[in-house]
Amino acid sequence: MAIWIEEDAKIIVQGITGNQGTFHATKSVEFGSNIVGGVTPGKGGQTVDLGLKEVPVWNKMTEAIEATDADASVIYVPPRFAGAAIIEAANAFKEVKDGGVIVCITEGIPTLDMVKATTHVRSIEGVRLIGPNCPGIITPGETGGAKIGIMPGHIHAKGRIGIVSKSGTLTYEAVAQTMSIDEGQTTCVGIGGDPVNGTGFIDCLSAFEADPQTAAVVMIGEIGGSAEEEAAEWVAENMSKPVVGFVAGMTAPPGKRMGHAGAIISGGKGTASEKVAAMEAAGIRCANDPSEIGAVLLKSLQDAGLR
Amino acid sequence: MNIHEYQGKGLFRDAGLPVLEGVHCKTVEEALNAYDNLGNKVVAVKSQIHAGGRGKGKLYDPNSGDVVMEGGVKIAFSRDDVEIFATNIIGNRLVTKQTGEAGKIVNNLYVESGCAISHEYYLAILVDREEKMPLIMASTEGGMDIEEVAESNPEAIHKLHVDIEAGVTTQQADELATALKLEGAAAASFNEMIQGLFALFVEKDCAMVEINPLVRTEDDEMVLLDAKVSFDENALFRHPDIVELRDLSEEEDTEIRAKEAGLSYVKLDGNIGCLVNGAGLAMATMDVIKLYGGEPANFLDVGGGADEEQVKTAFSIILEDPSVKGILVNIFGGIMRCDIIAKGVIAATEALGLEDPLVVRLVGTNFEEGRRILAESGLNIHTAETLAEGAEKIVALIGGDE
Repeated sequence: MAIWIEEDAKIIVQGITGNQGTFHATKSVEFGSNIVGGVTPGKGGQTVDLGLKEVPVWNKMTEAIEATDADASVIYVPPRFAGAAIIEAANAFKEVKDGGVIVCITEGIPTLDMVKATTHVRSIEGVRLIGPNCPGIITPGETGGAKIGIMPGHIHAKGRIGIVSKSGTLTYEAVAQTMSIDEGQTTCVGIGGDPVNGTGFIDCLSAFEADPQTAAVVMIGEIGGSAEEEAAEWVAENMSKPVVGFVAGMTAPPGKRMGHAGAIISGGKGTASEKVAAMEAAGIRCANDPSEIGAVLLKSLQDAGLR
Repeated sequence: MNIHEYQGKGLFRDAGLPVLEGVHCKTVEEALNAYDNLGNKVVAVKSQIHAGGRGKGKLYDPNSGDVVMEGGVKIAFSRDDVEIFATNIIGNRLVTKQTGEAGKIVNNLYVESGCAISHEYYLAILVDREEKMPLIMASTEGGMDIEEVAESNPEAIHKLHVDIEAGVTTQQADELATALKLEGAAAASFNEMIQGLFALFVEKDCAMVEINPLVRTEDDEMVLLDAKVSFDENALFRHPDIVELRDLSEEEDTEIRAKEAGLSYVKLDGNIGCLVNGAGLAMATMDVIKLYGGEPANFLDVGGGADEEQVKTAFSIILEDPSVKGILVNIFGGIMRCDIIAKGVIAATEALGLEDPLVVRLVGTNFEEGRRILAESGLNIHTAETLAEGAEKIVALIGGDE
């Protein structure tokens, strides 16, 4: 078990003929993920060489899903077209099979395009959007697993820890930290660092709470917005499993955007210390340093009688 | 991306929104001509810098450091007033609570006709991250610090979420007008203005529009007396007209060059330069340096797919900061391959003749290859396995927090 994506999930790559699309799809195939084809408008009928296999390309998402019965799509198209790609995928999953998971990796999508795309996705039941501006989602398997995104596959192993994070590379740190205490992962979700995104912390936490395979969760936040505070409140009221946290940006000055479009302290709101305080008040143990996440997680597992 | 008030008002005027007549000036002579041409006895003389709090700021002589005038926004009742205010503003340093102690030299002035004000309101449009919808915030408590109002009297702030496709409906506009206790001609004027302003927000991909104050005149007209407008950087590709409004003198030179090289750089006050991939990890790296008693000199995210050249540019930008005494490179390779980073680090150290201590931590894709390249380079590069170890090493190498 895992959340949303099983290890043998069938995956379509939107933008598969582009450099990024081909490169990461090849890496996913090497990891053992089930990439079943791709979509690039105007290139339908061609095939793409992904090293260990060759896959077909379609013009439209509806054609790709009809032909493959895909469970998920991953988007590598450039920022100016990504909003439309999300909407196309959502409509196609709804029309052909009543649901699916859309993972948008693209960074730099205009905020109002994302407002339109998330409004549209929210109106369609059964369709979930992860990202944008995120590393993606991975469910490690016995051999390989479903790697839908740009994370380095080799650092993961199947296990019982769920990970949810706003940041890409910090997710990898969190994965390495679970491995340092001999724990693997059920599913790792990068929700992305943009101000407007699809799946949020609470969606992930509630799915991990419901997943029998997940024993504990690592949650990685960063400055900006109030998603961490809202998630903390949810955890206090609903979560029975241990949650361990880290928030990046303790030293970030207000008013300066720290790389991610969403990572900005504005009007004195969205500081890391406020977020950590809210999380600790909700019983989420927080690490001061990403290198300590493993130790804090181990302690939480021990206290819960899980080690 | 931010623009000046006079530019924001230009956009409002072009969109048919209610603003007063005004003239952008760069010299005292232009300000006096503007006064003559406006033909109003009372005008506002307004310093144009990107930071807020101008009205309550102080102007200093940049050479002597003496205070020249209190207040960066002045009401002039005569031609002589205009001359005095303009002379005190142009070329001097304006310090407000948002500029920091260094302040900003004022190069631009806006001379605007006065109007008879009955009441001041606050109005803002932005994107609500949690609801994923545009949000209009309005209050009858205009002209004040809105954060104080939010703190002391949150009921006074009215919030309206707007569907981006539908825009502000007549019903929504009516409700907001009623909440602001506007009636008759003032309500009609408000409704037309708010629908137009929201349409402009969407059309131009604004990040935020803040009007403080929005005023009701004695003739019951609503007028946008202020214009703080910022734009979504990610959407500038479809707004060449907005890109032209960019005032580079308002931005940090190194931050501009970093952006051109595809890097994200923010200068800080410490002495340990950081080069990291990923915004979250870059922030965490700064945090951990601080945790081990050091002070980060910068935030620098080289992004997902940096090449050798970008790594080199990143190093040269870090080293331009004279306070940098050592550098910590922290890379967790996902898209980024550690061997490429290692080659970039070596090329940069050699090209720039780096003498400061350098600690490099490489993990993730191709890390063995990356570490081998560094080890075989024969250069004096310290390596670390974890972020904590890397931070501890660089802090020790530069001799604590000095």
